[in-house]
Amino acid sequence: MKRSITYYLSLTLLAGFVLFSTAEIKAESEVNTCLECHIENDIMPMDFHEDDVHQHAEISCAGCHGGDPLEEDMDESMSVENGYIGIPELADIPAFCGKCHSKIEYMRVFQPRIQTDQVDQYYTSTHGMKLKGGDKKVAQCSSCHTSHGILPAKDTRSSVHAFNIPQTCNQCHGDAELMASTGHGTSQLDDYAGSVHGKALIEKGDTGSPACNDCHGNHGAAPPGVESVNHICGSCHLNNMEYFKTSIMGKSSESAEYHTCEQCHGNHAIYKPGDEFLNVHESSLCLECHSEDDEGYVAAETMYMQITQADSLYQEAQLHLHDIQIKGMNDVDIQYKLKDAKQNLIQLRTMVHTFDPIQITEKAGEGKQLSQTAITLAGLEISEFNQRRLGFGISTLVFVLLAFALYLKIKQIDNNKNITN
Amino acid sequence: MKQSSKQKTFSWLDDRLDLKPLVEMMDHKKVPIHSHTMWYYMGGVTLFLFLVQLFTGILLLMYYRPGEDSAYESIQFILTEVQFGWLFRNVHAWSANLMVLFAFIHMFSVVFTRAFSKPRELTWVSGFLLLLLSMFFGFSGYLLPWNELAFFATKVGTDIVGAVPFIGEQLKIIIRGGEDVTGATLSRFFGLHVAILPAITFLILSFHLLLVQRQGISEPRHFHEQPAEKKRYMSFFPDFVLRDALLWLIINIIVLYLAVFYPWDLGLKADALASAPMGIKPEWYFMFMFETLKIIPPHVWFIEGETFGILLFGVAAVLWMAVPFARFRGKQIVDSKWITILGVFTITYMVVLTIIGYI
Amino acid sequence: MKYGRREFINTMLGAGGIGGLASIFYPVFQFMIPPKISEPHVSSLKVGTVDEFPINSSKIVRFGRVPVILIRNDQDTFSALAATCTHLDCIVQYNQARKQIVCACHNGVFDLNGKNVSGPPPKPLTVYSVSIVDDQVIITEEKDLA
Repeated sequence: MKRSITYYLSLTLLAGFVLFSTAEIKAESEVNTCLECHIENDIMPMDFHEDDVHQHAEISCAGCHGGDPLEEDMDESMSVENGYIGIPELADIPAFCGKCHSKIEYMRVFQPRIQTDQVDQYYTSTHGMKLKGGDKKVAQCSSCHTSHGILPAKDTRSSVHAFNIPQTCNQCHGDAELMASTGHGTSQLDDYAGSVHGKALIEKGDTGSPACNDCHGNHGAAPPGVESVNHICGSCHLNNMEYFKTSIMGKSSESAEYHTCEQCHGNHAIYKPGDEFLNVHESSLCLECHSEDDEGYVAAETMYMQITQADSLYQEAQLHLHDIQIKGMNDVDIQYKLKDAKQNLIQLRTMVHTFDPIQITEKAGEGKQLSQTAITLAGLEISEFNQRRLGFGISTLVFVLLAFALYLKIKQIDNNKNITN
Repeated sequence: MKQSSKQKTFSWLDDRLDLKPLVEMMDHKKVPIHSHTMWYYMGGVTLFLFLVQLFTGILLLMYYRPGEDSAYESIQFILTEVQFGWLFRNVHAWSANLMVLFAFIHMFSVVFTRAFSKPRELTWVSGFLLLLLSMFFGFSGYLLPWNELAFFATKVGTDIVGAVPFIGEQLKIIIRGGEDVTGATLSRFFGLHVAILPAITFLILSFHLLLVQRQGISEPRHFHEQPAEKKRYMSFFPDFVLRDALLWLIINIIVLYLAVFYPWDLGLKADALASAPMGIKPEWYFMFMFETLKIIPPHVWFIEGETFGILLFGVAAVLWMAVPFARFRGKQIVDSKWITILGVFTITYMVVLTIIGYI
Repeated sequence: MKYGRREFINTMLGAGGIGGLASIFYPVFQFMIPPKISEPHVSSLKVGTVDEFPINSSKIVRFGRVPVILIRNDQDTFSALAATCTHLDCIVQYNQARKQIVCACHNGVFDLNGKNVSGPPPKPLTVYSVSIVDDQVIITEEKDLA
């Protein structure tokens, strides 16, 4: 009985296998003469990638290029009657892709929330406007996305993944010949790679850090105008923007075209800002506009002084903390205080964007207080450390007394022996 | 005459344990008095420091927790939260170092007074094993706080084990409990430090002390050859024992002083990913070996320098242990001046290399 | 019996011995008394009574060495999360209007479960569990079961 059950079971399994494999054969039998021929003659597109997003969506060659992939005869399958388009003209590429990508009715089958405004956006971009004007050298869809190796932006292999975007843009923007007519430089990638953002993205792999497109846009790529710089930077540097908007500088930037983030921080080469941006010496950025007899000069000096004071006190407290840790004393409270002090320093440096020495002085005061408390606590620990000597003194006294008594005893025994000897 | 309560207790115990022969032995045990009597105390001091280690070690065990993320924290806890925790930890650390120091002194005093000659060869061998054990104690205990310096010192130390010919790589993995120094190493070292080494030490130490008691105190030749009326002795009990006790007390005060005024740093927690800090050094009693390995050229003949160094030390240790057995032309060479020269050379070598290591 | 030199030395020895033992065993007994914080690592913490925390508000509380943000949302449930942003260690804050946790440094946003919703934070905030016993709010470190 048992045996027959196994028998039926294996029979069912076998049947399943047969069904499954015939299904596979059937799928394979769906002829794609394009692929057959192109593979056979080794004329596949250079950038073809197996994981191409269209391949995966079962949109094969003919989906874009037209023609009939079932037709055995090459001339038939690549005939105009069968809707064959072939290789599109550069100027036609946006429309070529837009045929599907601009139609939500079609696209939502694949991704319900997908954007369909790329082509419209593209024609507002510098690239798009130039293409319309007949410039054949500008980037269109395939320049960034490739033609036959298109991968979703979330795929790390994709040319438009955050990690790869700087290189992708640099293909053209780093080419001096291509850029000659535009008046742009070609140093953007180098500048960016050395900047805080570039280092975070390229070296640390922090995808939270902006790549080219996060400031310039994707399909609507354009150099941000002065009026938008504050908003672009502010989308991440929230507090900095809020402070800046309410500051005297921020208000004047609305009326005249200056004092945007870029003026002090640069654009592609944004380095880690230092406190010395503020002072009244050579490294000062303030003195580019302000001079010794105006309010800005005094403000720069005050802010610099306050921040460096808070910072050096914090550094000093860190040294105390280190000392305490090495000595193995209780560092919990000190460490916690210093966490607050560090937070205060971050806030203080953000607050510089108010350009208000009064607020800065107040905030710096809080920070100094925190570091000072930490230093005082460290002092207490050190004195406790020294206190232990008192206990040692007392016990030593006892031990010395005992040792002395022992010594006398030994002497005494020795003397007795001499007498008895 | 009425028996005092002291006598009563004694006779009660004697009836059951047969104490009389022991007491007689004690009574007859004598310690020779001569210009080198002071060296007789060194073994006792080492024993005292070992007892201190045992005592403080057991106390520390109450709070110590081995483990990558609890070892450092628990020592920090002992130092900051537990009353007098700092004291016992520092006493443990200081007394450990002094114990190794006095073990060395004890050993060399035995060499120079030829106390290892017949019939005390086995006492010498067991004593040398105890010195090695105390060094293993030091090495394994050093890692237990799981701080930066200990972590990297252990890394370097176990790397050297890897250079042992044939079995080195395998041995290293066994000691480390894996390819690298990790929490697994910590577990192993902890087990070694608190269970395996104490057990072995207990056995060998018992043997060592038993031999000392059975054979009595050794007499150096110049003393031995004196006419009987010129020899002076003191009784082991109470004369020698009281002097011992006095010395132990003094050592105790010194250890306390060091623990209070020169506490051992806890350092920063070990971080396997951090780069090695400056100034990783082995403990001072490994320094001469560490320096030797640095001095040896990368290749000696066909052998790798490090391997050569290890072989050298291995052979040296075995020879050193065999010194009392050595014979030359059928005669024991124990009495020859070569032993003194060898001893002076060894000490000089160790001291010089240690100093080089620290400058 | 005369109280002579011998007796004096014996008394001194006895007193010294007792004193010596005391100065060894006093620290030993003190050592054995478990400290108030009985473990090297704090794993749970009382932070106050329920009414100390108004509805839809937050408070940064100290949990050993780390700051923890305790939130009582408008549904009257408590949640506690590590208060240091997973991006660059700034202290996060609770946004009452949006009912989200925001890090002001680079506009990182977390939801009340600690999940990183938008902005640069690469990881969620560590979650602590909150329990209320006799009106007392207690924060406990969640043991990593994996």
